[in-house]
Amino acid sequence: MNPRRKKRLTIVGSIVVGIAVVAGLVLYALSQNIDLFYNPTEITQGKKDSGIKPKIGQRIRIGGLVVPNTVKRDPDNLKVSFSLSDMKMPIVFSDSDPMISVHYDGILPDLFREGQGIVANGTLTRSSSGELYIEASEVLAKHDENYMPTELADAAGKDYKKLEYSDKQLNNN
Amino acid sequence: MWKWLHPYANPEVSYHFSGKLLPWLSAFAALFLSIGLVWALAFAPADYQQGDSFRIFYIHVPAASLSMGIYFGMAIAAFTSLVWQFKLADASAAALAPVGATFTAIALITGAAWGEPMWGTWWIWDARLTSELILLFLYLGVISLHNAFEDKNLAGKAAGILTLVGVINLPIIKYSVEWWNTLHQGSTVSKLGAPSMSVDMLWPFLFCFLGFVLLISVIVCIRFRSEILARNSIRPWVRDLVAAHLNQEKTNAV
Repeated sequence: MNPRRKKRLTIVGSIVVGIAVVAGLVLYALSQNIDLFYNPTEITQGKKDSGIKPKIGQRIRIGGLVVPNTVKRDPDNLKVSFSLSDMKMPIVFSDSDPMISVHYDGILPDLFREGQGIVANGTLTRSSSGELYIEASEVLAKHDENYMPTELADAAGKDYKKLEYSDKQLNNN
Repeated sequence: MWKWLHPYANPEVSYHFSGKLLPWLSAFAALFLSIGLVWALAFAPADYQQGDSFRIFYIHVPAASLSMGIYFGMAIAAFTSLVWQFKLADASAAALAPVGATFTAIALITGAAWGEPMWGTWWIWDARLTSELILLFLYLGVISLHNAFEDKNLAGKAAGILTLVGVINLPIIKYSVEWWNTLHQGSTVSKLGAPSMSVDMLWPFLFCFLGFVLLISVIVCIRFRSEILARNSIRPWVRDLVAAHLNQEKTNAV
């Protein structure tokens, strides 16, 4: 390589490396703001590195797995409440996990199931009994990266029925 | 070691070489895409939760990963053009940019169409979706820089610098789903170990992916050839080519 090319290579190379370092530092500084949601553990105990806890009355997003047998639906309207625990692999639920319940009034997305990951947007509230819950205005389903044909899912004994709504529930809104 | 590449730095040699590749690439692109898409859309088993909606995967995932792949190719071209001042590299970067922008747009649109029924929203400002949108803006910036200057060398230099700056975005897109909490799921196919997909769903994906790679090479090949002609329009070999073409048309007309 002749000296002029070598010089250009150094200049271009150092520009790219410099920008990479800048971008890396900016992302590192912003890393907590880039997170889309809080986990239930982060709400009760604060973020892992900074210990920042959301305040009561703050609008936040929470993400977690719907704990089985906690989905309570009102038979007369669309009100629903359920508990979330941290998303983790492999999926196991235990009563000792930190859980936050979510209250919502509306139609849930198609992928809402017990054991499924969801993201809810709402206000962090403390009930009269002192428990934290989220008064959600939006519930989104998070799909995981696994795809499976129906036969395999049946063979694995997976429950994947969609929620159904009665006319009564739909008409009262 | 790189001596064998040197003849292709000549625009005329490259023009004729890519012309010879073109029919082969087109034939294989048609073959793989038709097999892959029919298999994926009609015969692959439906997903147990999403039903048939999951089939958009076969277009969304190749489009999204190739939008990054094309950008990487464009960055290599920009780098060689800046360091070795190799003019054909600028022509190939200019040929790649609109194709990449189109595939980025396809990824964003198919993703939104899937997100509405599955997530419950068209769009969310999570790290993956936002960084992919930034990729689209980078492509649009590169395209406009290529067209903003009368002097093609200057245009190539400006667009090349923007391309190289934007390379930082590629690892951010790729790892956004691992570094941060996002609504977008992690990767299904390109992960270490087994892909999270059953084999009869994976095969049509591989055909579709290869089909899209070939389709992109066909489009880029055509665009690259016309870039070469446009940039060398005053050269005698291009004039001879045009004269030969006009003669042919005249005899055909008679």
